[in-house]
Amino acid sequence: MSRFVSVARGVAWRSIHNTLVNPAILVPSIVFPLFFLIAFAGGLSRISDVPNFHYPPGYTAFQFVFVFLQSAAFGGVFTGFAVARDFDSGFARRLLLSAPRRSGIIAGYALGALGRWALTGTVVTIAALIAGMNVDGDGIQLVGLLGLGIAVNLAAALWAVGLAMFLRTEQAGAVIQMPVFVLLFLAPVYVPLSLLTGWIHDVAKLNPVTPVLEAGRGLLAGSPVKVTIAFVGLVAAFLVLSAFARRGLASAERAG
Amino acid sequence: MAVELTADQPAGFSPPAAHVLEQTLAIARRAIVRTTRQRALIVFPMIFPLILFAINGSALSSATRIPDFPTHDYRDFLIAMPFVQGAMFVSITAGVDLARDIESGFLNRLSMTPIRGEALLVGQLGGALVLGVIQAIVYLLVGLATGVSFASGVGGALVLLALSILISFAFASLGVLLALRFGTGEAVQGIFPLLFVTLFLSSSSLPRNLIKAPWFRDVATYNPVSYLLEGLRSLVITGWDAQALALGFGFALALLVIALGLAQAAMKSRLTRT
Repeated sequence: MSRFVSVARGVAWRSIHNTLVNPAILVPSIVFPLFFLIAFAGGLSRISDVPNFHYPPGYTAFQFVFVFLQSAAFGGVFTGFAVARDFDSGFARRLLLSAPRRSGIIAGYALGALGRWALTGTVVTIAALIAGMNVDGDGIQLVGLLGLGIAVNLAAALWAVGLAMFLRTEQAGAVIQMPVFVLLFLAPVYVPLSLLTGWIHDVAKLNPVTPVLEAGRGLLAGSPVKVTIAFVGLVAAFLVLSAFARRGLASAERAG
Repeated sequence: MAVELTADQPAGFSPPAAHVLEQTLAIARRAIVRTTRQRALIVFPMIFPLILFAINGSALSSATRIPDFPTHDYRDFLIAMPFVQGAMFVSITAGVDLARDIESGFLNRLSMTPIRGEALLVGQLGGALVLGVIQAIVYLLVGLATGVSFASGVGGALVLLALSILISFAFASLGVLLALRFGTGEAVQGIFPLLFVTLFLSSSSLPRNLIKAPWFRDVATYNPVSYLLEGLRSLVITGWDAQALALGFGFALALLVIALGLAQAAMKSRLTRT
């Protein structure tokens, strides 16, 4: 166990350190969510005037939850890019040779993703509060929202790290990123599910991200909905993606 | 096409115009072949704007219920976005291709030949131009297939293609300028998010008069990308809107002239340095 912890701690420290000291990695991961918050909450705020749009804290809060969870997901995805880069540079192979407990590598990268998102999530939250976001949820509900973000971040990190270990090249970036991006945008991003029409409504209804987003918005508004469904779904995703990441690691081990 | 590049001409020798045209075509041919061989460069930048168009076209359809929204089908409003977004991807393709030539030393070797800087510059844009044409046709066909109708008719669709290709060429020139200034593909790609920001901080999702936040409306009004979008959009929604078209073509031409002018100076400086 101690060997697992020491590997995880070492990999996590390196991942967070690399993010903090490299502006080319740090800046986009902070700027993109901020930019989405500005574009969606600022540019599309008129959408809240659509008949039957009802979200008491307002459109900034409505969009904040999406951007908050999106930044969590992309914190995980960007960590997958780092893993791919480590394979391209040869570092990952040396790490596989030297780590006494290799499953600690996955845990380390996942913790690194969490550390990376801690910074981004904080910046996005401060920006939303400065922009005048209303928060109607109480302390416990806000902790619930944070819990959703952490679970999304870990699930996305396991997906990205697993796939990066399977593919072992930086060119895998689009393959890692695209499914997450599409899944997020096929949820009710701009209006509540009830206001979506046509195929996007049918897809959003089946999309596992939808209950997570609705739960987050409910928690921020102080009227929780679908919280249990969201957490059960995320725990299931965590278990499935942990197995996927473990298989990715096994594939990398076989490749040598 | 074989081009005779002789090194024994006297200093100050200026090749005739026909020679420059041949040089341009030779470089353009290489750029086109290189672009068409990199399918990932064609497919991903083409598909990504279409994915956003498909998703946002449905997800934001309720925006048409906002009073004074100019159309009843949000896809009519949104169709302009893939054209401009695709043009931004073209700029990165053009920039990265040239940056690779700089990094690999190909540009250095070319500078030893009597090839003209202008030929090199315009020729390099050949691949981007082809990409821009393919993208514009695909976006137009997808738009028509998904029910987008042109208030300006068939003539309007052709003008939209022309404006879209001009916008792609202008953004490609910008990509080439960035490559010449920075010299690495990584730097060119690093600029891409900034281009994307200009797209989202424009009238891409709502008409400017319906943007609620005053600061956002102001930014969109001062953002030239709004006028590129509105020029394209006017042909679909309004019909023949002279002002929107003049602004659209005007800003696209201005971007092209400025970017090409600066790129030419940067090319001269880079060829001198090497």
